[in-house]
Amino acid sequence: MSFKFRSSVATALALALSAGIAAAQDKSIIVQSTTSTANSGLYDYLLPIFEKQTGIQVNVVAVGTGQAIKNAANCDGDVLLVHAKPAEEKFVADGMGVERFDLMYNDFVIVGPDEDPAGVGGMTDAQDSLEKIADSGALFASRGDDSGTHKKEMRLWADTDVDLAAGSGAWYRETGSGMGATLNAGVGMDAYVMTDRATWISFDNKADFEIHVEGDEDLFNQYGVILVNPEKCENVDAASGQAFVDWVISDAGQQAIGDYKLNGQQLFFPNAD
Amino acid sequence: MQDFGEAFGLAFTLVLSGDADLFEIVALSLRVSLSATALACIIGLPLGALLAVTRFRGRGAVLILSNALMGLPPVVVGLIVYLHLSRAGPLGFLGLLYTPAAMIIAQTILITPIVMALSRQVIEDLHGEYADQFRSLVLGRWQMVQALIWDARFSLLTVGLAGFGRAVAEVGAVMIVGGNIDHLTRVMTTAIALETSKGDLALALALGLVLMVIALGVNALVQSLRMTAVRHAYA
Repeated sequence: MSFKFRSSVATALALALSAGIAAAQDKSIIVQSTTSTANSGLYDYLLPIFEKQTGIQVNVVAVGTGQAIKNAANCDGDVLLVHAKPAEEKFVADGMGVERFDLMYNDFVIVGPDEDPAGVGGMTDAQDSLEKIADSGALFASRGDDSGTHKKEMRLWADTDVDLAAGSGAWYRETGSGMGATLNAGVGMDAYVMTDRATWISFDNKADFEIHVEGDEDLFNQYGVILVNPEKCENVDAASGQAFVDWVISDAGQQAIGDYKLNGQQLFFPNAD
Repeated sequence: MQDFGEAFGLAFTLVLSGDADLFEIVALSLRVSLSATALACIIGLPLGALLAVTRFRGRGAVLILSNALMGLPPVVVGLIVYLHLSRAGPLGFLGLLYTPAAMIIAQTILITPIVMALSRQVIEDLHGEYADQFRSLVLGRWQMVQALIWDARFSLLTVGLAGFGRAVAEVGAVMIVGGNIDHLTRVMTTAIALETSKGDLALALALGLVLMVIALGVNALVQSLRMTAVRHAYA
């Protein structure tokens, strides 16, 4: 019996070890990024092109922008690719990032049920439409998760007279989860949702929801890319990470971003300098 | 309800078409959760057995604690393991975060208390029946533990299955420490969460059906092994 016991110990340890070894690639980087870019399918299109050219494997961890920045600040990634410019600039100012580059943009839209209970359909001023939704008593579902989208939404609300704290849990519903989960919740309770256009186009559970508000410059959604500072994080593969940053802001990378289409629609607009 | 019909159709199509991505995800799910179950049994069974046969001051408190730990929330385990394996954490130098090894560690921590608490109960009951024999044989404590584990092996299989069931079904821990990275750390449950967040509810449900069939398969396999072994043992 003790022999059997010992051999099962050995088997299990070997299993666990092989799992660890199998994970080790010789040239690979981790990109801390957002659910909105990952869910849109952009990486599935972009990364094979980059990997073919350079042989560097890119592993994407898709979380909210807040968590992505936190993870990168813990040195758990080589590159940060998110959309919350002030937080990104702070990340660089804190010495955690080498330099921030504008990468691309898409835009946010406000979606809701087609009966449009707040009557905001066709409006082009983001703040006005948010105020109208709040005044109408219609439901609004917010990410509430400190993501880039959530931060953007909070900046828009800040310019209105709406008291969100008073409405929280009543008409203002913070889901505390990702874009897709929040859209699912919004569709489930007929609540308006502010979402990035990329996630909306690729979202499959639209039910009777449609875009009501779009086109305001305030709804512009800028993405940035940053190499995590190898001087702060010695595990960062600076050469491979830099190669990735250089490529996505190069003409070839920008071209590839612009070429990506879903259902015939371009989702991201490259705008690196 | 339309989603259900579509999900069943999709599940069959995925399995029958031999979808390579699906098999990769299924294989990783099994590798991670079976490894975690094996490690949890190696740690939990002897500890549970030892707890069953020893009496010491504060034993009651230890029993309550080990039973309570069965309810550890996966997301909390994930967070604790993340904080340790993060490059900024004490074990960051190992470079294990976002690898299958990190997922095995998290699930092992999650299910070891289950294996320990359940095996303690099984072995304590058996120990009650054997107490007189052990006294007459004058066995050492470790010999007693070994004999009890061996004689309770068929019941302990079910304990292992309970641990495996919990491991293969959880999503909170592997999502945080694995990162749900495509072709590296994506398992069944994180793939289901991802498809749900994309609003592709039919595909998410189809993956859920496949996961349930796999759990069924593992349980059926263990059950048939057990019946064969029982026949041999008492033949």
